Amino acid sequence: MKYWRKPLDYDQIEIPHGEVHIIADRCKGCVFCVEYCPRGVLIMSDEFNAKGYHYPVAIKTGECVNCNLCEMICPEFAIFSSPLPNGKLGDVTEVTPEGVHTSKEEPK
Amino acid sequence: MKTDPAGVLTGAHYLDGDYACGEGAMAAGCRFVAGYPITPSTEVVERISRRFPYMGGTFIQMEDEMASMAAIIGASWTGTKSMTVTSGPGFSLMMENIGLAAMMETPCVVVNVQRGGPSTGLPTMVGQQDIMQARWGSHGDYQIIALSPQSPQEAFTLVIDAFNLAELYRVPVMFMMDECVGHMTEKVVIPPADEIEIVPRKLTSKTPEEYLPYSADGGLIPEFARAGDGYKFHTTGLTHDERGYPVMSAECQQQNVQRLIDKIKLNADDIVRYEEEEIDSADVVLVTYGITARVARMGIELARKKGIKVGVIRLLVVWPFPEKYIRELAGKIKAFVVPEINAGQLVLEVERCAAGKVPAVGVPHLGGGVHDPQVIADAIVEAAK
Amino acid sequence: MSPESKIVGQTAMRSKVHPVPSAPPAGEGAAHAEDDHPLSEYLRMDRIPHIWCPTCGIGIAVKCLAEALDELKADTNKVSIVSGIGCTGRVAGYMKLDGFHSTHGRAIPFATGIKLGRPELTVVVFSGDGDLSGIGGNHFIHAARRNMDLMVVLVNNFIYGMTGGQNAPTTPVPAKTSTMPFGNFEHPFNLPALAEGCGADYVARWTTLHVRRLTRSFKEALTRKGFRFIEVIAPCSTLYGRLNKLGTGYDLMKFYYENTEIHNGADTKDVDIAFQGKIICGKFVDFERRTYIEMMEQHYTEVLGEKYVPMKPEGGMLHEPEDEQQAAPAGKPARRKREKQEVAGG
Repeated sequence: MKYWRKPLDYDQIEIPHGEVHIIADRCKGCVFCVEYCPRGVLIMSDEFNAKGYHYPVAIKTGECVNCNLCEMICPEFAIFSSPLPNGKLGDVTEVTPEGVHTSKEEPK
Repeated sequence: MKTDPAGVLTGAHYLDGDYACGEGAMAAGCRFVAGYPITPSTEVVERISRRFPYMGGTFIQMEDEMASMAAIIGASWTGTKSMTVTSGPGFSLMMENIGLAAMMETPCVVVNVQRGGPSTGLPTMVGQQDIMQARWGSHGDYQIIALSPQSPQEAFTLVIDAFNLAELYRVPVMFMMDECVGHMTEKVVIPPADEIEIVPRKLTSKTPEEYLPYSADGGLIPEFARAGDGYKFHTTGLTHDERGYPVMSAECQQQNVQRLIDKIKLNADDIVRYEEEEIDSADVVLVTYGITARVARMGIELARKKGIKVGVIRLLVVWPFPEKYIRELAGKIKAFVVPEINAGQLVLEVERCAAGKVPAVGVPHLGGGVHDPQVIADAIVEAAK
Repeated sequence: MSPESKIVGQTAMRSKVHPVPSAPPAGEGAAHAEDDHPLSEYLRMDRIPHIWCPTCGIGIAVKCLAEALDELKADTNKVSIVSGIGCTGRVAGYMKLDGFHSTHGRAIPFATGIKLGRPELTVVVFSGDGDLSGIGGNHFIHAARRNMDLMVVLVNNFIYGMTGGQNAPTTPVPAKTSTMPFGNFEHPFNLPALAEGCGADYVARWTTLHVRRLTRSFKEALTRKGFRFIEVIAPCSTLYGRLNKLGTGYDLMKFYYENTEIHNGADTKDVDIAFQGKIICGKFVDFERRTYIEMMEQHYTEVLGEKYVPMKPEGGMLHEPEDEQQAAPAGKPARRKREKQEVAGG
C-alpha cells in the first residue's frame, strides 16, 4: 500500500494470514466463496467431488487474510478459514494444464 | 405420586360438569391450558383462568383452536401437563395437530364437550356425535384413548385418569364429555390432595449421549426428555426413526406407525374400563356411555319390570373399545342394544365385535335432547324377542 | 417379474427398499476432519450435507444463526428451535438444539407453548414465507400483537419451494410460479410493515448476502425480549429462479449485491419488494415494549397481590418431592474452534 505518510502505528499493524480448509465432498458447487472472496484466493476446480459437483480450491493462499467471508457465505458448511501465525504461509494449489498440484510457497 | 395441593379444591361442591372438569385438570397437575371459546365448553377454561394464577399455572386464550392444540403440544414438551378444551367444530379444526401429538408421542388431554352437529349444529344442546371422530378424526393410522363421564363427579375423577393415561402411554387423550353433563350442576366431592394419585411426567434417566428420543429399548413406549434439559433432541411429525430424524421409507413407516398402534392396542387390557351390571343372567346387554347411560337407567327399569333380563355395560374408556369382552358376550346373549345421541356410531363397533352372532340394535337420537326412556325400553323389549 | 406371470387385481407399487438407518453407537463422537468446521457443534453433523439445493440461501441463514450463538457463547441447552413445513422448515432438523418440526403454519403457537411452559427457554421460530405468512398468518399477527417472547426468522424466497414452486403470499407481481403459470397478479405482503403493524418491537430485513449484518441482527435479537421479526431474503434457484428465468442463486446473489440498499430505521410502509426491484434492508424497528409474560405477571401481581403464584422459570412440571431429578449436564460454553494453533501441513 502506498501511504502519503506513514500511519503512526504502522509497525504495530499486522496483516493477518489465514489458511483455507475446504471439505470438498460437502460442496454443491454454488461458487459463492469464489465470487465473494475479497482477495481472490479461490477458484473452482475442474475436478468433481463424490457428488459430482465442482468444488473450490485455494490458489492464492498467500493472499488469504482470514476474513472468514467464505465461511460465512457458504451454505453447505464446506469451507472455513483459520488463522496462521504471522510469517507462515499456507500450501499453494496450482492449476496448470497438466493438472492441479500443491507446493509450498516460500515466505516473502 | 401425590398431586400438588395447590390445585385441589377439597370439599363438597355444587358444580357443573365443565367446572368439575376444570377442577379435575388442576387437581391432576395440569399447569398449562390453551383454549378458544366455544359453547358448551367455555366454562372449563373460565374456571381454570380464574384459579390458575393462584397455583403457578398459565392459561392463554389463543387465536383459534389450531393454535390452542399446537400450544399445548409445545408446552407438553417442556414437561408441563397441558390441556385444551373445545366442542365439535373446534375438534374438527384440531385434528391435524392431534395427529401431530400422536406422531410426536406427546402426552396431553383434549376435552370435547360434544354438542349437536354437524357443522355449527346445535351449540347449546347435547350430542354424542363425535365419538367416532375421536378415534378416527385425524388422517393416518394411530391410536388414542378416549374417556366419557356421565356426571359432574365423574367429570372430575375421570379427567384425572385421562391425564394419568396420557402420561403412561404418551398419547393425546380425548375426554369426550357431552353438553348435558357439561352444563348439569350436581354435587361434586373433591377429596383431599393426598388421596389423589397422579402419574408424574417420567423423564429419562439416560445421559444426553445415550438418549434416543424414540427408542423404546424393545418395548413400546419411549422415554421422555424435555426441552431445556440439555438433551438437544429432535422431534418431527414426519415418519421418523429412533433418533427422531425423518426417514422416508416403508420400513421406517412400518416400525414407527406399528409402534404407535401397538402402544395402545397391545396394552388395551390395561386401559379398557367399563362398569357392568347383571351381565351373567342377561338376555339383552345395553352398551352405553356418557349422559345416555343415566337416561338409559329408566329405560332399563321399565324393561326389567316387563320381565326382561337386562345387563348394562357402561363404558368409561370408550377407545380402546372393549372388543374382547363384547366378542365373548356375543355368544352368550340374545342382543346388544346401543342407545347413543347420534345416528349410530358406537353401535357399529359393537356390531363388528358381535361378528354376526347376535344383533346389535342401535337406538339413535340425532341430538338436541336426550332419549325418551320409553324408547330405550321398547328397543330392549324388541331386541329380547 | 417374469413374462408369464399375471397381475391379479391392483398392481402393487414397487417401493424402493431402503434399510432403516440404525442409530449411531452411543457415545461415539465422529473425529474426522469435517468436525473441524468451527460451527459443527451447533449442527447435527450426522445429517450434513443437508437437503437444500446448490445456491439455496437457507444454509447461509442457518450458518448465521449458528455463528450468532457461537459469538454470544449462548447456553445451547436453553435454546429451542421450532420450524414449520417447507424447505426452511427443515432447519430444526439440522441444528443441534432442542428441535421441533411441527405442522404447517403452526410453528409460532407451538413455540408459544414451549415459551409459556418453560419461561426460561429462548425460543427461536425459523420458518419460511409461505409457512409463517400464508397458513400461519393468523398466528403471526397474534403473536406479534401479544408481543410474545419469540424470535421469528422468516426466510423469504418468494415461493413455496418444497412443494414445487407455488405462489406464496410474498410472490411479487408478475412473477411466474407453478400455480400462476401466466404470472402472479395478487398483491404480495410487505412483511416488515405487517410485523410492525401488528406490534412487533424488533423488525429487520437482510438478505443472505449481508452475512455479517444478519449475524449481528441475530445476536441482537437473541439477547433481547419481545416479538423479534427478522426477514431473510434468500435465493431459490430451483424454483423461483428457474421459473422466472433469473438464473441460479449465484445470479440472484449478484442481483442482491446490485439492488439492495441499507436504510436502517426506514419506514416499513416503503419497503415493499417489486419483482426484480430494489430491496431495502436494514433494522426498521427497535424499541422496548412489555412482553406478554411481563404484562401477565405485572397485571396479576397488581390485581392479586401476594396470592399470585407465577409459573416458575423452570416450567410447570410437577416433581416428585422425594427423588431429585438428575440434573442434565450443564452446557459447556462454546469454544471457537478457529483458536487452535496447530496448522495442518505446517
